[in-house]
Amino acid sequence: MSIGDALDRWPVFRQLREGDPLGLGRAARSERSRVLKPRNDEADHVVQSVCPYCAVGCGQLVYVKGGEVTHIEGDPASPISRGRLCPKGQASKSYVQSPLREYKVKYRRPHATAWEELELDEAMEMIAQRVVDTRAANWQAETEKGDPANRTLAIGNLGGATLDNEENYLIKKLCFALGIVQVENQARI
Amino acid sequence: MGSNMAENHPVGFQWVMEARERGARIFHVDPRFTRTSAMCTDWIRIRAGSDIAFLGGVVNYILGHERWFDEYVKHYTNAPVIIDEEFQDTEDLDGFFSGWDPEKGKYDVSTWQYAGMEAHGAAGQREEGFEPTKGEGSGHGGHSGGLEHGEPPEEDPTLQHPRCVFQLLKKHFARYTPELVAETCGCSVEQFVDYCEAICEASGRERTGAFCYAVGWTQHTVGVQYIRTATIIQQLLGNIGRPGGGILALRGHASIQGSTDIPTLYNILPGYLPMPHTETYGDFESYMEANTSPTGFWGNFKSYWVSLMKAYFGEHATPRNDWLFKHLPRIDDDNSAYWTALQMLDGTVKGYIIAGENPAVGNTNSRLHRLALAKLDWLVVRDVVEIESASFWYDSPEIESGELVTGDIATEVFFLPAAAHTEKDGSFTNTQRLLQFHWQATEPKGDCRSDLWFYFHLGRLIKQKLADSEEERDTLIKALRWDYPTHSAIQEPDAESVLQEVSGREVETGVFLDGYTSLKDDGSTLCGCWIYSGCFKDGINQTARKKPLWEQDYVAAEWAWAWPDNRRLLYNRASADPDGKPWSERKKYVWWDAEKGEWTGLDTPDFEKDKEPGYVPPDDAEAQDAIAGDHPFIMQADGRAWLFVPHGLEDGPLPTHYEPQESPFENSLYSQRANPRRQQFERPENPYAAPGSEVYPYVATTYRLTEHHTAGGMTRTVPYLSELQPAMFCEVSPELAKETGLEHGGWATIYSARTAIEARVLVTDRIPPLEVQGRRVHQIGLPYHWGTRGLTTGDAANDLDHIALDPNVHIQESKAFSVGIVPGRRPRGPALPRFVEELRKRAG
Repeated sequence: MSIGDALDRWPVFRQLREGDPLGLGRAARSERSRVLKPRNDEADHVVQSVCPYCAVGCGQLVYVKGGEVTHIEGDPASPISRGRLCPKGQASKSYVQSPLREYKVKYRRPHATAWEELELDEAMEMIAQRVVDTRAANWQAETEKGDPANRTLAIGNLGGATLDNEENYLIKKLCFALGIVQVENQARI
Repeated sequence: MGSNMAENHPVGFQWVMEARERGARIFHVDPRFTRTSAMCTDWIRIRAGSDIAFLGGVVNYILGHERWFDEYVKHYTNAPVIIDEEFQDTEDLDGFFSGWDPEKGKYDVSTWQYAGMEAHGAAGQREEGFEPTKGEGSGHGGHSGGLEHGEPPEEDPTLQHPRCVFQLLKKHFARYTPELVAETCGCSVEQFVDYCEAICEASGRERTGAFCYAVGWTQHTVGVQYIRTATIIQQLLGNIGRPGGGILALRGHASIQGSTDIPTLYNILPGYLPMPHTETYGDFESYMEANTSPTGFWGNFKSYWVSLMKAYFGEHATPRNDWLFKHLPRIDDDNSAYWTALQMLDGTVKGYIIAGENPAVGNTNSRLHRLALAKLDWLVVRDVVEIESASFWYDSPEIESGELVTGDIATEVFFLPAAAHTEKDGSFTNTQRLLQFHWQATEPKGDCRSDLWFYFHLGRLIKQKLADSEEERDTLIKALRWDYPTHSAIQEPDAESVLQEVSGREVETGVFLDGYTSLKDDGSTLCGCWIYSGCFKDGINQTARKKPLWEQDYVAAEWAWAWPDNRRLLYNRASADPDGKPWSERKKYVWWDAEKGEWTGLDTPDFEKDKEPGYVPPDDAEAQDAIAGDHPFIMQADGRAWLFVPHGLEDGPLPTHYEPQESPFENSLYSQRANPRRQQFERPENPYAAPGSEVYPYVATTYRLTEHHTAGGMTRTVPYLSELQPAMFCEVSPELAKETGLEHGGWATIYSARTAIEARVLVTDRIPPLEVQGRRVHQIGLPYHWGTRGLTTGDAANDLDHIALDPNVHIQESKAFSVGIVPGRRPRGPALPRFVEELRKRAG
């Protein structure tokens, strides 16, 4: 070990050299701390988003690297939240990447005791057919009194308060055109 | 009140803390001492379910001590209006208003009208003919009753006429004295009077006060009337349409406001247009007539309607075919979510699609919902994780107890994984009506898809299947405009193109509309939601505007977009006096600039820009032209806020204290105990405890925690959050723990007439017993996030609750119901239903 190295390892010398006589700042920083960088710095891009939980609508910044979300934090530009997020909002990266997230369609036949796999396209085809068949078999052109009804009361759709406006718009538009009137969401709970 | 804002809207609560730091008094009135109470200047404990008594007491205090804002009340509310001479109050009829029909179980509202007027109204007639016991109110944001002219026929500007609204109000609330409030709510007289003084002092020209509420107010069989009572207070004090005033609904889901504006609700179409009705509207003309108000902005109903039909059906909707009116689906019943679940139980609902909701945990009497799902032919569940509503057939309390057997359940179940908010473009509408666009950050993986993708492709497939159909019932689906462009490998529909349709365009040119005043009733404009019209003004996604807060004033008008017309504060004409001058320099917001001849200020004026304060409508004026220049409430037929509601409510023109469906007490005011108009569903799966039952002696109330979200699908699946709040628990007072032998940290079994659940015991002073009607009553707090799935699991509090609904909006009473509690874990297997049945027998 050269004298220079030995001096460098001597904390008092480092503190004086770094202008940090109390040893509370740069002089005490380890090599590992020195090279650490916030993961935000390495993001490919940052997307302005909105927290998906309650209706305050806090701004979020979503950092992405290699097609994966690497960090979600509060957006300081938001006049609503001023960069703040609650525990749920702060944990939303863990929500997006929950260990319990499902990535494949699951199908349960009538009376079956277990899930089975199903291709997404096939599932969509089957669901579309169920809607068409159930609707046709349970169409109510008129009420018992003979007033026009133009509906089916055999199909319902539930959900919307966690969805986007655009999604709700398509749900209502499609169900209306199909005569599905039982369209509801969390507004009542 | 009715909210634990610090816990459930923590980041919004920072503004309340700002106010406190500037010297505002912040009251928290709640059964529990919560994180909110801890941060407020004052906490007043009350019994769950007694808020109307409390707020009614405030109304009485304001009137009795002459504390109302006289000029505001006389000009901006219907206080001077004289009501029909046949009207009788609950004070005359022991808890009923005039018009009660005991056989039908509903009110004939004709005696609630303004004197000298026919009983009719804008959009009002859509209620006529609805089955009385099923109940259908005025719909969200219901329209105002119609007037032939903008002014009510008979008024007394001195407010002295015995039948004027002001005097009726006085009479109605005269018995809501501080002593009655204390006896009914369980607070002290001194606390209550201090509260009344504080809110009166915080109102007037120089000051304003606000109420914040959440589902602690709505989830009652008189929920709408809770909020109505607050509106009466705020009208009397002049706190509506002014900065720092208002009644602020703290909504719980990212787009719950959006999902009522662009409704996934059965009774309305986008922009609160009522669904057609089987009987009332035989044809297009009568539908228009019934819903078009002669006066106020609902006078343009036809423009809103026709533009929606053009957005839906394009060239197929023409004036010659009445915009396809005769093909439209119609309703005539309560088709709300609870009704649908009951229909499932009866086997008439066969197929169900659930997207981002978890009724098996989140809806009251969750057990009933799980039993109902097991009766379906097919079920589609779309969520990011496998929630309880998808797994009910093999993992549920009923499977455990043997009441359901997997092999016997015939329901075909599709679980489709959903994309998260970071994996799609779209807009949420937050609790203050702001549409905020969020951009996609990453592609969804595997089979995960947005709901935009699901419904678009489902519609596409169905249209393909029915393309050659000759059936009349397929007319609409064939005519449906469904041509949204798609992008990326998975063919994701373009969310902005949907928002463009919502915002509206000229049909011929495709030019984007500036706002709802550009809508036409001749089919030349299309618009998917009239109140959102202009959100894509100039071809720019206004909802995606993100001008930083430091570059704007406090109104922040260039951050996102508020409906309507980017107005941040509704009815803000009321922030100026009748002459158009700010009530005070301190509270100036929107005012009349006489030199320029226009309304101006910090916000977009919620008034026609060039309508003078002194404008008096001519006799033949229609729609908004019939609203005088000093009437700020432009959606109302008479341009005023309604202290007394002549039309649009099912259960009374004035709020009245009623006890909850299940309550240990009699009504302190009337022999009529509960809201006579409430919706009840007496059936084996939904039994109610008798009032005052000794088997279920305690008041239970459900609530949420910061670390979890509603039915838990988005939080019990997150490691950090599950660690922070790892278990279902119940809050009980030391007195109750001693009385029943509960130990802190141990187990308790909580039971109702429906079922029993178990929870860890949290013994705490935060939920003290109260003295009500000379008796001591204990309350039990129950967070409702848990279910059988996730990283942290537990029994669902909503299993305990019943289905009894507010008659106006069909919301359940989960904030006050009756339970009992014993130490130890609940019985397992078949012993559980036996245990519940045994208790029910004991209760008689």
